[in-house]
Amino acid sequence: MKVTINEQEFDYQGDPSMPLLWFIRDELKMTGTKYSCGMALCGACTVHLDGEPTRSCQLPMAAIGDKAVTTIEGLSSDGSHPVQQAWREHNVPQCGYCQSGQMMQAASLVDKKQPVSDEDIENHMAGNICRCGTYPRIRAAVKSAAEAVAIKVIK
Amino acid sequence: MTDSTISQSRRAFLKRTATASGFTLGLALLPATRGQAMFANAPSAESFAPSVFIEFAEDGNVIITCHRSEMGQQVRTSIPQIIMEELGADWQHVTINQATGDAKYGDQNTDGSRSVRRNFQRLREAGATAALMLCTAAAKGWKVDPYECVTDNHFVVHKPSGRKVAFADLISVAATLPLPKPTDLKLKSRDNWTQIGKAVPSVDLTAMTTGTAVYGQDIVMDNMCYAVIQRPPVLFSKVKSSNQAEIKKMPGVIDVIDMPAASAPALFNPLGGIAVLASNTWLAWQACNALKTEWESSENAAYNSEEYQQALLDEAAKPGEVMRKLGDFDKATSEAAKVIDASYYAPHLAQAPMEPPAATAVVTADSAEIWACVQSPQTTRQQVAGALKMPLENVTINVTLLGGGFGRKAKPDFAVEAALLAKAVGRPVKVVWRREDDIKHGYYHSVSGQRLSATIDDNSKITGWYHKTVFPPIASTFNPAANKPTDGELDLGHMDTPFDVPNLQLERGEAKAHVRIGWMRSVANVYHAFAKESFVAEVADQLKVDHRDFLLSLIGPDRHIDFAASNAKYGNYGDDLNDYPVDTARLKKVITEVTDMADWDNREQQGRFLGLAAHRSFLSYSAAVIEVKLNSRGEWTIPKAYIAIDAGTVVNPDHVKAQCEGGLIYGISCAIGQITALNGEITQSNFHNYLVARMPQTPVSIDVEIIQSEALPGGVGEPPTPPAAPALANALYAATGQRFRNLPIPLNIKTA
Ligand code: FES
Ligand code: FES
Repeated sequence: MKVTINEQEFDYQGDPSMPLLWFIRDELKMTGTKYSCGMALCGACTVHLDGEPTRSCQLPMAAIGDKAVTTIEGLSSDGSHPVQQAWREHNVPQCGYCQSGQMMQAASLVDKKQPVSDEDIENHMAGNICRCGTYPRIRAAVKSAAEAVAIKVIK
Repeated sequence: MTDSTISQSRRAFLKRTATASGFTLGLALLPATRGQAMFANAPSAESFAPSVFIEFAEDGNVIITCHRSEMGQQVRTSIPQIIMEELGADWQHVTINQATGDAKYGDQNTDGSRSVRRNFQRLREAGATAALMLCTAAAKGWKVDPYECVTDNHFVVHKPSGRKVAFADLISVAATLPLPKPTDLKLKSRDNWTQIGKAVPSVDLTAMTTGTAVYGQDIVMDNMCYAVIQRPPVLFSKVKSSNQAEIKKMPGVIDVIDMPAASAPALFNPLGGIAVLASNTWLAWQACNALKTEWESSENAAYNSEEYQQALLDEAAKPGEVMRKLGDFDKATSEAAKVIDASYYAPHLAQAPMEPPAATAVVTADSAEIWACVQSPQTTRQQVAGALKMPLENVTINVTLLGGGFGRKAKPDFAVEAALLAKAVGRPVKVVWRREDDIKHGYYHSVSGQRLSATIDDNSKITGWYHKTVFPPIASTFNPAANKPTDGELDLGHMDTPFDVPNLQLERGEAKAHVRIGWMRSVANVYHAFAKESFVAEVADQLKVDHRDFLLSLIGPDRHIDFAASNAKYGNYGDDLNDYPVDTARLKKVITEVTDMADWDNREQQGRFLGLAAHRSFLSYSAAVIEVKLNSRGEWTIPKAYIAIDAGTVVNPDHVKAQCEGGLIYGISCAIGQITALNGEITQSNFHNYLVARMPQTPVSIDVEIIQSEALPGGVGEPPTPPAAPALANALYAATGQRFRNLPIPLNIKTA
């Protein structure tokens, strides 16, 4: 089967029930997308499927179809997505392990280019665990990123 | 620390690293950005290495070696920052190298919140040594006094004349100079510091925001196989039979290998079981799930948490072994107008770092190389060498980034697993722990039962304080006979009870371990602070006095706790009490600070429900106020939290702030999670039944106050954690009138 990841097409011949996460990590050796729970409980493995945040640890290869997959490596070519910039501005990462997933989850909210409330952020981010406890900074960074995008839209 | 043999071996080491990297496909994934490489390549020409921490390439670029493991505390920034203070280099020309496990660095075990405090002086001296040698090289050329020269921004500057010369132009001369003696060094005075105390951004920030940071789980090698291990469901049970032969035929399976069975003491040995090696993680995982294994019974199968909880509380209720005593508590009890009593229980917890353990090994006939997310590379080296029966020098431990550690990764059993499997199968092996493995086969934070009692006279004065603690000790992991809290654990928030009472009695009781017990962030401070600070609030409430005022008066006058007066020894985290006294003034200061921040005095008029707790740990002082709110469904949230910390001299205030935020949230997780056993098997398996704080259970914002202090540096990574659970429990009492003496606290109070 053919899958498109970060605008590149790949051919996959293996077991169609294998979750996308392991194709990305073990076959393509792109390790920015993380494994932490494998049960769609933590968000570390979040990628975009046609822009929608999706837990790749629970997404069988067969279910991708012609939807475009974006991983953290494809979020921007140079780390310049507004979410990545805001993450640096707020010094969000501690160990950093959850942050690919956090940023992919946050980007899907910010990319809607709408103002976000504290409640929107909490609802949108509640599925992503950070054991280092960077949540207050994530809240602040999502807000900054959303504001930065909103300003761009107005301009 | 700084002699020429070490410089020699450092060069040899760098050459070896360069050769070894030849076959490391994983290196292709390493961040290319300067300042972020985990494994630096050797400089091309002869270099100048004035210490094991600092090396100059011929072009003047500096490689600073960080010998402590990065697990989120930003040690890869703070260690260089300390060196940079004296070195006077330009961050643009600095690369950070991650040390392998090697005795030449001194202790590398990244736990106990001691990376900064135990290295502060020696790293400043390392920087100053390099700077003085560069200054001496320049001074030779200028024929001036080297002490008239300073290093600044990668130049040596002759202060009287303003002449400058680049570091790059001094390397070849500096490399020929003898190392100065420590007494030759003139360290900068505090008011001239430009690095220490500054919020230098983390060196790994770009890698961590672009997905290029490399963790233990991320190592990839040519010809590597992926291993997933089925471990015994009950500690020390052994394989009776299994369908291995069938599993071996499954697609992608490379091999199925019996791990050596484990027995007491657990030490850092692998747990045994059956390993499945396959061409990717998922295939190994599927095949592992298809294993049908029968296990022999083990005496640990009798472990049931419900019964054990009762047994702990029963033991806590009996008179125990007195560890510290002042006055006569029994007499105080018999003469008291009122005695207040309460028991507390806290369950086992799993550290559950976001990255489950993982290690990759390459083993040949006479050497082994490991890449792993370990907190203790030297211990890992010893364990791997021992398991492979190889000389220590033939084993190299490369430390990746750690996706959280919290104590779990101080136990290198997973690296030993990888080494044994790589040897057995003759090719590189990555052992991947699944979350289920991490939750079910951990080194658990101990389960505890405690009883506290306070005696009160006719004037509502506290005359006596009693605290008995019972938990299976970490020592049981090393010696199965160990069944009492050890001195080292009692020192964490029990023996150092700072209260000013005439009659004080601190006791311990017995409890046998049935699972592996290990360190978790803040260790015994977590449950000791929970019981002590909850009980203080209870007593204040019964006496109808303000909690903060009561706590301050209980701590009493400014003083250093005199352990000799109560015939007690106090370990003080391995540091001298003269350098780091138990200082009640500093403890009271964080309490007044945090309650001021929270507008504590006006909380009732404002209708806010606040809880307070304070605790000294790892030579630092922290106090937290947590505000809770309940919705109509009975779910609590935390609109706001406040924390004040006195950690003495701080190197990077933004990192300290981040540790306060994260440490407090880790402590909230400690209040809501639990690990329980049923017939010796751990009941929980993943984040659906092992609860950790998610965004909705954490403060919307946290105000952090770092007390300005010139005291010696204290710990930072752990001290913010202990006050969280009692502050939360106290806030919930304010909001609901319910006391939470047994953890975990439910997320929904109505279902309590
Ligand atoms: S690893 Fe996919 S949600 Fe946790
Ligand atoms: S930064 Fe470590 S788990 Fe989120």
